[in-house]
Amino acid sequence: MLIGNQLAFRYPRHEWILRDFDIAIEPGEVVGLSAPSGFGKTTLSKLLAGYLTPLKGRIILDNAPLPTRGYSPVQMIFQNPELAVNPRWRIHKILAENQPPDRLLLNALSIHPSWLDRYPHELSGGELQRIAVARVLNPATRYLIADEMTAMLDANTQALIWQTVLEYARSQNLGLLVISHETALIKRLCDRSIHLA
Amino acid sequence: MAISSFPRRTAIRFNRRQRTLGAIALCTLFLVAIVLSNQFMGDTGLDPVLTQRNQPPSFVHWFGTDWLGRDMLVRSLHGMSLSVRVGLLAASFSAIIGTGLGLAAGTLGGKVDAVITWIIDVFFSLPHLVLLIMIAFAVGGGTKGVIIAVALTHWTSLARIIRAETLQVNSSDYVQLSYKLGRSPVWIARHHMLPHVIPQLLVGLILLFPHAILHEAALSFIGIGLSPHTPAIGIILSESMRNLSTGYWWVGVLPGLLLLLAVKAFDTLGENVRALLDPKTSQG
Amino acid sequence: MLLVQDLSITFTMYDRGLAQKQLAVITQLDLDVQAGEVVAVVGASGSGKSLLAHAILGILPDNAQVSGTILFKGEPLTPHRCRDLRGKSIALIPQSIGYLDPLMQVGRQVHRTAQLSGLSQPAAKAAVDRTFHRYGLAARVKRLYPFQLSGGMARRVLVSTAVVSQAELVIADEPTPGLHPDIVTETLNHLRELASEGKGVILITHDIEAALQIADRVAVFYAGTTVEIAQAQDFPSGKIRHPYTQALWRALPQNEFIPIPGSQPNPEALPLGCLFSDRCSWVTPECQSDRPPFLQVRGAPVRCIHADR
Repeated sequence: MLIGNQLAFRYPRHEWILRDFDIAIEPGEVVGLSAPSGFGKTTLSKLLAGYLTPLKGRIILDNAPLPTRGYSPVQMIFQNPELAVNPRWRIHKILAENQPPDRLLLNALSIHPSWLDRYPHELSGGELQRIAVARVLNPATRYLIADEMTAMLDANTQALIWQTVLEYARSQNLGLLVISHETALIKRLCDRSIHLA
Repeated sequence: MAISSFPRRTAIRFNRRQRTLGAIALCTLFLVAIVLSNQFMGDTGLDPVLTQRNQPPSFVHWFGTDWLGRDMLVRSLHGMSLSVRVGLLAASFSAIIGTGLGLAAGTLGGKVDAVITWIIDVFFSLPHLVLLIMIAFAVGGGTKGVIIAVALTHWTSLARIIRAETLQVNSSDYVQLSYKLGRSPVWIARHHMLPHVIPQLLVGLILLFPHAILHEAALSFIGIGLSPHTPAIGIILSESMRNLSTGYWWVGVLPGLLLLLAVKAFDTLGENVRALLDPKTSQG
Repeated sequence: MLLVQDLSITFTMYDRGLAQKQLAVITQLDLDVQAGEVVAVVGASGSGKSLLAHAILGILPDNAQVSGTILFKGEPLTPHRCRDLRGKSIALIPQSIGYLDPLMQVGRQVHRTAQLSGLSQPAAKAAVDRTFHRYGLAARVKRLYPFQLSGGMARRVLVSTAVVSQAELVIADEPTPGLHPDIVTETLNHLRELASEGKGVILITHDIEAALQIADRVAVFYAGTTVEIAQAQDFPSGKIRHPYTQALWRALPQNEFIPIPGSQPNPEALPLGCLFSDRCSWVTPECQSDRPPFLQVRGAPVRCIHADR
């Protein structure tokens, strides 16, 4: 289980973004999170995935603190895939950064073999996001934090990516945190949802 | 009724990529030719031939002859070759210092970064020509003096660029992600940082050469550089100054032009390599 | 007001070494916009939506080759005319405040836009004040810098840049990227108001729901071509004709949330026939041999030979 306990965070000399915040995600659960801008959704994602350290409170993964080395079982998908890949790497290198990807997974996400030899700037946002997702769907991932993962994508690509992610999550019993503005999407995907006000 | 309301782009003889590669090839050939020229010419043409003194440029002597009858073209090429080689050496040392300090500042951060940045700022605030002369003088002048002086004063801009590049890569989302995927700092340095740093290093190095060459020329000109018996460009120019009033303009102007051409060639080479190496601009 | 017919744009890019490749990013694109209406241009990223805006504004890069017709108020849009009209009769609402100068106060920037559109100094000042007042921006906002604006304020300032110029054709390029639903609705309403005043509005977006909130007609783009231009009410009533349009509608989370697999074809190697043929469930051999023409089916133009199912 992934737990955020009494989390508090702010950037130096800024206002508090999160205060006394609690959240828990069970394995296999799909939790939704929505909030107006500035309420700390991305900050929360980064705390849960270990990109930021909370100033107060702790992140607990299966009764232990988040590992700082090795593959992190909590993975985050960024909203802008262009920033999540090295612009000087070719796609096949990006995909294989952790381990060579599963052929079936690439097919499920409709990742075309001709993309593998290209550079990130040659692909569209929707195509890049599929690469970013394929990169982290592997047995070592236990929790996935999707920070507005499909906000910039068209309806078809959105459905394609989510169907693949949901099916994978169900088969591997992953915990999912879905951060989004869209109520229809959260209603469709999530078992329960949290609204920050 | 489909009328073409936009004119078709007129076909240019060479497309941009061809021009870039062409410029790189041309400059490289020119510079290599200069450097290797003294291998082919040997020492001929450096000895005084008193019967052909002070001849203006002609088909026999393209750059004319000086007051000792020496062919100015041969002298200039020798001088340029020497200057370029000294410049290359000095610039390379400079680049090594600059890259090393830039990488250290960018990756280690904290106090190391603060100290290095402070040193860079100090160097930038000092008038660097004065510093150059002082260091060359202090080390005893000569070829060694020139190389050390140039190396110690020119590493700063490259260090700044490398530091900025390193910092930017380190703070990027994809490097943070790389750590989360379990990669070690060494792996990240080799696979993420190096591809970003190497192009900057290459371009920075190439653009450093003309500086080094000009400074060698300047130091030799004022007498602290290479020995006055070697025909370095700076020496040639300095000697020609003494003969300015005699009206034999070719003794100063033509070697100066050659220097200018060589510097321009390095500059053009550097800019074109930069354009080629950026995956975004190299395609459009 | 605006008529685009059979527009094609090809980019010449460099491959490895000296080889060049051609990217056919827009092929046979058709669109028309009347005064007083909102036409939404909907499509996936890479379908050519933003490129169309750039073509209308005349800001395509040098390595673009363009053919086809673009008529603005009956006259062809030559590069020369584009330059004249840009910012005056045709205005762009940019995607984000990243398009503004970060070092200049927003009031001054909007003022400059007004002046560039031909207004005199005092007229420009009056226009800025009037526009800011209209959108509920206090006078002090004029002295703020782009980074100091909140999401909603930024959106309103961006709309102002187009409105002060008194343009007749307004192009809004992805005006609602990842924004909160309230701000989205507000921004869209502003665009609707502009249309009510008699301007032509092109709304470029990937978000069909947002488009349907204010559009009169929806042009669906796929792989650089128009596949259908439907009336807005065709969507909820199920009258949409092209298989891609139907797939997009079905993929919405509030509908069936079922996607169709595959992705847009590579602009370096477009298929000979219909660009959608490799993903279409209605495909037949005729689809793969020739590009379908843009014909009227049940009252709207569609590029599909099976649309009359």
